[in-house]
Amino acid sequence: MADRLNSRRILSARMSRRRWLSATGAFAITAVALQACGGQSAPAATQAPAAPTSAPSAPTTAPAPTSAPTAAPTTAAAPTTAAAPTTAAAVTAAPTTAPTPAASTSSLTVDQNVKGKLEIFSWWTNGGEVEALNASYSVYKKYFPNVQIVNAAIGGGTGAGGNAKAVLKTRMLAHDPPESFQVHLGHELIDTWATTGYMEPLDDLFKSEGWTEVFPKQLLDIASANGHLWSVPWNIHRANILWYNVKIFKDVGVEPPKTFDDFFAVCEKIKAKGITPLALGEAAPFHTAHVFETVLLGTLGAEGWIGLFTGKTSWADPKVTQALNTLKKYFDYVNSDYLSVQAGDTATLVVKGTAAMVINGDWNNGQFKSENFMANTGFGWAPTPGTAGIYDALADSFGLPKGVKNRDAAVDWLRVGGSKEGQDAFNPLKGSIPARTDADKSKYDAYQQWGMEEWTKDTIVPSFVHGFAAKESWTTDYVNTMNAFAAKKDVAATQKQLTQNCQDAGVCK
Amino acid sequence: MSASSLKGRERDLATPLPTTRRVARWLRSDTLIAILVLTPSIIAVAVFIYAFIFWTIYSSLVLWNDVNPDYTWVGLRNFVRLLQTDRFLIDLHNILIYTVLFLVECIVVGFLLAVFLDQRIKGEAIFRTIFLLPFAVSAIVTGVAWRWLMNPDSGIDLLFRSVGLGFLHSNWFTDPNFGIAAVTIASSWQMSGYVMALYLAALRGIPGELREAAAIDGAGVIALYRYVIIPLLTPVTYTVVVIVGGIALRAFDIISSMTSSGPAFADDTPAFFMFQTTFQSNHFSQGAAIAVVMLILAAILTIPYLINISREVEG
Amino acid sequence: MTRAWSRGGIYLILVAFALFYLMPIYVLTVSGMKPYKDVSIATMWNLPNSLYFGSFVEAWKRVSPNFWNSIQITVPAAVISSLIGSMNGYIFAKWRFRFSNLLFLFVLFGIFLPYQGILIPLVVSLQSIHLYGSIPGLIFVHCVFGIPITALIFRSYFIGIPTELLDASKIDGAGFFGIYRWIMFPIAMPAFAVALLWQFTSIWNDFLLGVVVLSNPNLSPVTVAVNNLAGSYFVEWNVQMAGALLAALPTIVFYLALGRLFMRGLLAGSLKG
Repeated sequence: MADRLNSRRILSARMSRRRWLSATGAFAITAVALQACGGQSAPAATQAPAAPTSAPSAPTTAPAPTSAPTAAPTTAAAPTTAAAPTTAAAVTAAPTTAPTPAASTSSLTVDQNVKGKLEIFSWWTNGGEVEALNASYSVYKKYFPNVQIVNAAIGGGTGAGGNAKAVLKTRMLAHDPPESFQVHLGHELIDTWATTGYMEPLDDLFKSEGWTEVFPKQLLDIASANGHLWSVPWNIHRANILWYNVKIFKDVGVEPPKTFDDFFAVCEKIKAKGITPLALGEAAPFHTAHVFETVLLGTLGAEGWIGLFTGKTSWADPKVTQALNTLKKYFDYVNSDYLSVQAGDTATLVVKGTAAMVINGDWNNGQFKSENFMANTGFGWAPTPGTAGIYDALADSFGLPKGVKNRDAAVDWLRVGGSKEGQDAFNPLKGSIPARTDADKSKYDAYQQWGMEEWTKDTIVPSFVHGFAAKESWTTDYVNTMNAFAAKKDVAATQKQLTQNCQDAGVCK
Repeated sequence: MSASSLKGRERDLATPLPTTRRVARWLRSDTLIAILVLTPSIIAVAVFIYAFIFWTIYSSLVLWNDVNPDYTWVGLRNFVRLLQTDRFLIDLHNILIYTVLFLVECIVVGFLLAVFLDQRIKGEAIFRTIFLLPFAVSAIVTGVAWRWLMNPDSGIDLLFRSVGLGFLHSNWFTDPNFGIAAVTIASSWQMSGYVMALYLAALRGIPGELREAAAIDGAGVIALYRYVIIPLLTPVTYTVVVIVGGIALRAFDIISSMTSSGPAFADDTPAFFMFQTTFQSNHFSQGAAIAVVMLILAAILTIPYLINISREVEG
Repeated sequence: MTRAWSRGGIYLILVAFALFYLMPIYVLTVSGMKPYKDVSIATMWNLPNSLYFGSFVEAWKRVSPNFWNSIQITVPAAVISSLIGSMNGYIFAKWRFRFSNLLFLFVLFGIFLPYQGILIPLVVSLQSIHLYGSIPGLIFVHCVFGIPITALIFRSYFIGIPTELLDASKIDGAGFFGIYRWIMFPIAMPAFAVALLWQFTSIWNDFLLGVVVLSNPNLSPVTVAVNNLAGSYFVEWNVQMAGALLAALPTIVFYLALGRLFMRGLLAGSLKG
């Protein structure tokens, strides 16, 4: 009996084993076939270097990059030994020519001695951004050909469920920083990483590269903290732009509005023609907060706006109430499905003529162009109502984390990004304008040239939604509060919450 | 098959051997071997799951609200604060509705489809494959697809309108009160096929004699299911509650890709709140407190299963 | 007469549900077959104007390098965790000792661990055992986190095996490993199908653990690549959906291959409870 049971088991085992083998075989063949069709051979999986076993003690003082230029940088050894960062006295940046402060000449020279890996973390994975990033990489490779660039980009940086930030935080807290990471210039960087001691101050680099001459002083003032500068701006985006469909405006017979009253009059006329005046996409908490920022700016003016983030202007101020009521009126003119549309899809509504206007940052420039919607023939633009002469700025920037494995390459990356050549390679593709005031205008498109003009004349204020004016937790609370407003339109409750947010952030009493 | 035609070890097994004393000794030492083999897994679970849980509990009892850990002990303060936070109360409300609805939908739909497929349908394999297809699609992709489908102007509502069922139109997940219920439709779309497969297999395992006996006793179809079949399927239901309930309690991917926590947190869940408060607002202690609450809810969910195990009769 | 009506009714309901299940897949496929300018929420139901595979080609270009990584991660992790689970399930089901039920519940509760909350200690512990940032490290993580569910699957299955079978072989002289090798393992094939399917699906579709443990983009699984198809400010929906479908293909293929075995496994009582 036992052996009959046994043998039956063995038989059935053999049969199911055969089926199992055929299943895996079929699967393996499919997988290999799929792989072969791809054309790209599986990249030799370069194992990421094993993280140093003990967190390397961060260098206590940031050594000035140009101090004591020793001849051959011994830094080639730096990536391998964990102890290297503490002996950073030998670190040098430009080995040969002393960089001149004159902004017109680049201080970059080809340096074959910088080796190792350069790991750059960003959320630029697509849509005009990855091309711009690759342009930066090309400029870098031109000057530092022996460095291997690792593009550690992860999609989903901005926004509520943002994955990139989670990964970055996990890495930084586990003392495995990338050589540099993309971060918004301003308090998003300062309050998260700079004042907490994770970044090296870059004052000396700014001086030696001559950046203090070429970046607008207003920008550097609002970007510094504790008397130091913490990151190098790659670009400048403007948040307070009203984009409109040229054809609709011509048909309806309206001009870009300058004041809030103008704006509502224009909306009325457009609405009468059966077209949605303003496109809004609040499927994820963001767009309403962005639009309200422009309304607040238009109501309070530049000084009042800046005061909101220093405690000088109270969030309970009647002007804020006025701004909220203005925003509430905006909602009479937006698309009815605004709670299900994503902010990124609102530009398409304007392209297709479903909506006439949209308020969003100037990344819309790039998006319009990718949909074959061109400046002045397809779209037009103007500062949002009440904000002419004010540049609501935000910038993508890179800093220098403490304890990176390849500090030389990291500093060189910053030099590339702040250089004229770097900025003029990156920005035309990104759709933003360079932070430098000495850029080559011929490389930029119609909107960008207008923006660059404005950049030199306007009052520069920091954006709230985009991490410049306030720390991350405050910005998160803000976008969530405005999302609730978009759903419930309760002015009093929202204002109360906004005041509470300021207190939670530790700025207001 | 005779013993001689078997090879090697198989032959050893087929030929009976020694005395009860040796058997008793083997039994005892084999249990030791069993424990030793189990130990690495227990250690791995203890370290990578329970040590992490204790770390989380500890983090929830301190004042860590910045990227620099601050281990100042504050006791239950984070929990008290949490229960005073509107968003968290909405989350608790949401996750309860979500878990219950998700489970009910999966169980009811899964059971119903299994019963139908059990009726010797032509093309059963095709239906089964179609019902299991969503299970292969990830939660993120599910969320994206259903976000589109639930767009009030162009999604399912458009279909409804075009076939004259316009009154069925709804705000789906943008509804401030029951938005989360709409998300369960997407989730159960993904998981109910799997639950159906579980029930179908269990139904197939019910011996035909039982059904015949019930028929002889005069039971109609409804009574058959109510008094015979459904009670026999309760073990499956308990397993579903543990597995699917566990997925429901930790709902994050589908929320983030489908609704980004919805207007005014209509579709927010504790997991999403935890992610945002930890990685975007740097409130690590608050995030840890939320995780602890989630674990407590999970413990509650396992109670039916515990009862089931304690009543278990070995087969 | 009523029989025909009720059977007709059953078919109707089944077809209705089939349409419900296929609806989102239809939208995904159709959107993946349109060029960027044609794809939008407003036109989601419309069939593409022509047979356009450009989106799939574009998606494939960006996603395919990571396919091999996903295979390298998922296949070993699924197989190893199933083997471990079978051993553990066997022990919990058949080798009762003083605290075995308690230990089982101890292990079972691990199903509920919220991954988002433990990312930091996970990375730090992986760093300390030199597994951070490598594919074997990620395989290790998936195996450990798979212990609870695989133990549940196999334990439920093995509980249904009559103990007399084990007693008989013990009398015949088989020890712990002997019973496993000659009795439990061969008949556990259907349970393996259930465990493998579940593990394969969850590991293949996992995003968070993959993106945190593997910082090197050359090693990232395909879910990270699909996530990276999106831009920061707007998404090319056609490519995104095409990419999502491509990433789901292996799981679908795997399921089709193992489908019958899977049903048999459930039939034989895995996950019966």
